[in-house]
Amino acid sequence: MSAEASDIVERPQNAMADPSAEGRFGEFGGIYVPETLVPACQELDRAFRSAWADPAFRDELKNLLTHYAGRPSPVTQCENLSEELGCRILLKREDLNHTGSHKINNVLGQALLARRMGKSRLVAETGAGQHGVATATAAALFDMECVVYMGTVDIARQELNVFRMKLLGSEVRAAESGSKTLKDAVNEAMRHWVAAVESTHYCLGSVMGPHPYPWMVREFHRVIGDEAAEQCATLLGGGSPDVVVACVGGGSNAAGIFSGFADTEAALVGVEPAGGAAVGRAVPGIVHGSHSYLMQDEWGQVLEAQSISAGLDYPGIGPEHAHLAATGRARYEPVTDAQVVDAFQLLARTEGIIAALESAHGLAWIVQAREELAGKTVLLNLSGRGDKDVAQMMDVLA
Amino acid sequence: MTGALEAALLTRRETGGKCLVPYLTGGLGELWLETIQAAAVSGADAIEIGIPFSDPVMDGPTIQLANDKALASGVTPQLILDRLRGSDIGVPTAVMTYGNIAYRMGYQRFASSLAQSGVSGCILPDIPLEEVTPWADAADAAGVETVLLAAPTTPDERLVRIAQRSSGFVYGVGLLGITGVRDRLADSAKVIAKRLKEVTDRPVLVGVGVGTPTQAVEVCAEADGVVVGSAMVQRMLDGGGPEGVAELIGEFRSALDEHY
Repeated sequence: MSAEASDIVERPQNAMADPSAEGRFGEFGGIYVPETLVPACQELDRAFRSAWADPAFRDELKNLLTHYAGRPSPVTQCENLSEELGCRILLKREDLNHTGSHKINNVLGQALLARRMGKSRLVAETGAGQHGVATATAAALFDMECVVYMGTVDIARQELNVFRMKLLGSEVRAAESGSKTLKDAVNEAMRHWVAAVESTHYCLGSVMGPHPYPWMVREFHRVIGDEAAEQCATLLGGGSPDVVVACVGGGSNAAGIFSGFADTEAALVGVEPAGGAAVGRAVPGIVHGSHSYLMQDEWGQVLEAQSISAGLDYPGIGPEHAHLAATGRARYEPVTDAQVVDAFQLLARTEGIIAALESAHGLAWIVQAREELAGKTVLLNLSGRGDKDVAQMMDVLA
Repeated sequence: MTGALEAALLTRRETGGKCLVPYLTGGLGELWLETIQAAAVSGADAIEIGIPFSDPVMDGPTIQLANDKALASGVTPQLILDRLRGSDIGVPTAVMTYGNIAYRMGYQRFASSLAQSGVSGCILPDIPLEEVTPWADAADAAGVETVLLAAPTTPDERLVRIAQRSSGFVYGVGLLGITGVRDRLADSAKVIAKRLKEVTDRPVLVGVGVGTPTQAVEVCAEADGVVVGSAMVQRMLDGGGPEGVAELIGEFRSALDEHY
């Protein structure tokens, strides 16, 4: 066998393939929801398959992403930061999308799909409020009714996004149970959906939940990775970055950017908050519709995640990430809140970019791993902008 | 082979009566086991025992609160099963919990623990037909009956498959929504009972949104019986104790016996 041929064999093959008909990525995924919701999930699966294969749907979505959301988002080369850290850092600028994060990609897709399915209402959960704001935005655009559940802890630390959602015409309902954060907002949104399933589409905000959500949401975010692969090829003379980094709560922005590089030689790194490291603990469980890694006690009670960032304050992770971790195609690393606060300031100071605290996790890992990354090209998905976090950081840094 | 749960419900039906299955939260308060025993002698044909879970997505505020209180007091699934073991309840029991509790212990170990504790059946509302096989196989092997839910949104052909795979009884979900007492019985409650009765000879019980004796009587025009959860758990939360819960069960029993 020639050297050239063996190189080709060594490249990952279809590492982020579509799930099985049962919604499995390897052993993870599935459809673990109350019977009331199973027919709705199956209907959604059929509707998504048909829409995704329909050029008219794809064109309409592309048109919205271009002329409403502002895609493609640029890739920024960070001269100052690269010099400071000793590796070449590229940022995929999802923070520059309309509504300030990658969340708009998925939400525009799901809102179009909901309309195609004849659903007139959206319900969503939100942690930091970025997905809630994006959903409220799509609801306003498509003239749909919208209810967003948000934990009371998050309502307090993300006041600005709560007001944005209301301004956009959505109703924000407080999730008062449990840890009063993202996990509990998902519970309330699912309970709401159980009662309103006939008229309402559940606009789930991450690559989690029952099939087809983990797959569908990844496909709606695939645009991040597809664009970035093309942009990197131009910048790097046809090559790929050595490492692709993204923060991971449920894992939507990571799934989006990873999908553009899964079959290249790039290393894929998901960065979890140390207080919400579902992959780090690697205990499988079943919650919120899928079988994946889950922070839980010895009896299966779900543990409360702890993170400075409301968007990553979640004890689970999307099933495809569990699969990518299990197969070794991606690795997942924890960083602490303190590292994140430092990285948040570093990016602002060196590049003039105020990142979302979620996205700052990715940079925090790059800083931590700078020796390992020396001389390499690192693509970081800057999933959102940090305007929403400024008030919180004023307190943290006071 | 018919399990103890299904046998008890069939016996009630064959004698012309309607089945009454209260749901009581395991580990809620000091006297939860005594409450279950009191329920058994007050007219319950079988008893559902809730094993608390941190994230009960099918449950409304009452059962959520009961779960939270029981968990805060340090209750574990093992503790509940240990106390049930060797306790004479007097009627068949089924546990109701969520998939992760069974999955974490391991399906085989959970199923055999249920059997060793004298529990006849198990209801896992977030493990639907598509995902039930590994659990149901383990339950079958341990002699535990797997009760499946059928919902107002379930299509006809799927209803048949659910009824076939279910044992103990078929649990008709009375409305589109989560557990909790409502002012009136939803129209969907009788509809799901009628649809299930057309496709199965197993006992058909309706729960979720059946909160008063009047509503129980109303739905039993079609159903073989009812599961009453939040109303019972509310009585436990209010400090009604074994007597209070027994009294409420007596009211349901009398109403059903008067009409049927």
